[in-house]
Amino acid sequence: MYQQKDFVLTIEGLTVSFDGFKAVNDVSLYIEEQEIRVIVGPNGAGKTTVLDLICGRTKATEGSIKFKGKELTKLKEHEIVHAGVGRKFQNPSIYEDLTVFENLELSFPRGKKVWGALTFSRDQEVIDKVNEIASMIFLEDKLDSQAALLSHGQKQWLEIGMLLIQDPELLMLDEPVAGMSVSERKQTAELLQKITKDRSILVIEHDMHFVEEIADKVTVLHQGQVLSEGSMEKVQNDPKVIEVYLGH
Amino acid sequence: MLQSKLRSLTPKNDVISFLILAAILLVALPLLFDIFRLNLIGKYLTFAFVALGLVLSWGLGGILSLGQGIFFGIGGYAMAMFLKLEASSPENTKIQSTPGIPDFMDWNQLTELPWFWEPFHSLGFTIFAIFALPALFAYIIGAAMFKRRVGGVYFAIITQAIAAIMTILVIGQQGYTGGVNGITDLRTLLGWDIRTDSAKYILYFVNSILLLATLVVAQYIRKSKLGRLLVAMRDSEDRVRFSGYDVANFKIFIFCVAGVFSALGGAMFTLQVGFMSPSLIGIVPSIEMVIFAAVGGNLSIFGAVYGALIVNWAKTILSESYPELWLFAMGGLFIAVVLAFPKGLAGIYESYVQPLLNKKFKSTQDK
Repeated sequence: MYQQKDFVLTIEGLTVSFDGFKAVNDVSLYIEEQEIRVIVGPNGAGKTTVLDLICGRTKATEGSIKFKGKELTKLKEHEIVHAGVGRKFQNPSIYEDLTVFENLELSFPRGKKVWGALTFSRDQEVIDKVNEIASMIFLEDKLDSQAALLSHGQKQWLEIGMLLIQDPELLMLDEPVAGMSVSERKQTAELLQKITKDRSILVIEHDMHFVEEIADKVTVLHQGQVLSEGSMEKVQNDPKVIEVYLGH
Repeated sequence: MLQSKLRSLTPKNDVISFLILAAILLVALPLLFDIFRLNLIGKYLTFAFVALGLVLSWGLGGILSLGQGIFFGIGGYAMAMFLKLEASSPENTKIQSTPGIPDFMDWNQLTELPWFWEPFHSLGFTIFAIFALPALFAYIIGAAMFKRRVGGVYFAIITQAIAAIMTILVIGQQGYTGGVNGITDLRTLLGWDIRTDSAKYILYFVNSILLLATLVVAQYIRKSKLGRLLVAMRDSEDRVRFSGYDVANFKIFIFCVAGVFSALGGAMFTLQVGFMSPSLIGIVPSIEMVIFAAVGGNLSIFGAVYGALIVNWAKTILSESYPELWLFAMGGLFIAVVLAFPKGLAGIYESYVQPLLNKKFKSTQDK
């Protein structure tokens, strides 16, 4: 049995309602250290909303989100980041006008205040770290090119890299392989396996092959509620899940 | 280490641009023009301060303020209040029913100096106020808006509304502010007559050097990580926020910097032109200031200076011969900038002139 403290992220009774519509309804989730958890579910199931709630983009109506014992629902977005939660958006959000190097540099965990940003200097530590991350995300020879010129898949990697450089303990990825080619997907799966050594990862994904490849555990959301949870195999054979995906 | 930092701060092109601009402002223009024209150029350059602030906040950070006249006015009025008090010594104003207060107060039946005028007896306080007041005011506006995530068009409209309110306030409180005429008949600065030709020469150079110094500050901000963050915020504000930055603070900061730059311009305007009035702080002048930055290229700090110079120059020429045409020309110019050359003069330079120059210099180097 797991003790409470073994969970990196503990979500209990999480509910958010938009004008009475409960987009997320009484969801509880427990994520362990170094776990890769995948959330799946049909469109409108509330997957992205769950991530929005964790990272503070949306405020919860009810319930609690505890990250390493710290309540996140009351923190501001940047404070949640400093607590150790990183989040990648569904559409790759990178800074198109800046170079790959500058994109990564801005996520380096130093000089996050106004004064710090004014006096920030690009020292060897920063350069080494950026190079290290760039080679992890397969972009080491693209450091000087403008981010707008990257392919869609490379942009996805860049955003993952921007998160890695912050060294978060919980990494949340919203559809990281959407729009990627088969070989890019494979590389991404390897990347996720590699980076999970030091952290937990929460992924939203539609691509079932990819889910099968990476997931330790799968949570199925449906209409804002947890429908099923467990190993991929267990979830796939759950009659409730089959009904939602194949029924009607 | 320090050297490499300096190098990244000052790319070769920027150093050359800076030197060319300095030569134009400090050598070429004073040699080419008589003091009447030079004084006008000095006036145009005071708007370059505002345009420079707009390059940082609007071009870099995507924060379009249509109310920079507010800050221009704060700086201008602060300086004008100091000069007016000096011009209103009891000896100079002994024919008034209350000697020793500015003439317009006397005309409005005020019998003593309002409390907020008192500190402006001191030049030290006045200079402090020229920096502190716009920063404080910009901070209040910025904090109220950016902390609530008001941005874009809404921000532009609200700043415009504030500019309108300021104008109405200044015009309405005639006894305290000089009303629609503004504060006029300014004479001396610590006993030094600012209306003489020699004073105008000196003020022109002070103004130009101050502008060049402001350019250096702008370049530092642009090349710092904060500058890149502003660009990043323009591209993807959420990504910056979820990379652990309190986005509002950075917006407030750059808005304050833009405000202080504008106020510096306003103070130099008062010194060189000799008056300050509400016609320089309202909606129309505020929009004109945006046009200076847009014509120069809203991403280029040098473009801001040239934009302010050229548009104002055109304004003077046109209004001298066809005064009624100016507003149409201005509107046409703005449409042209937006539609035909969105990166302004700087964009034209970068895409046409610079490649030509590069080619030329390369070929001479090869020989």
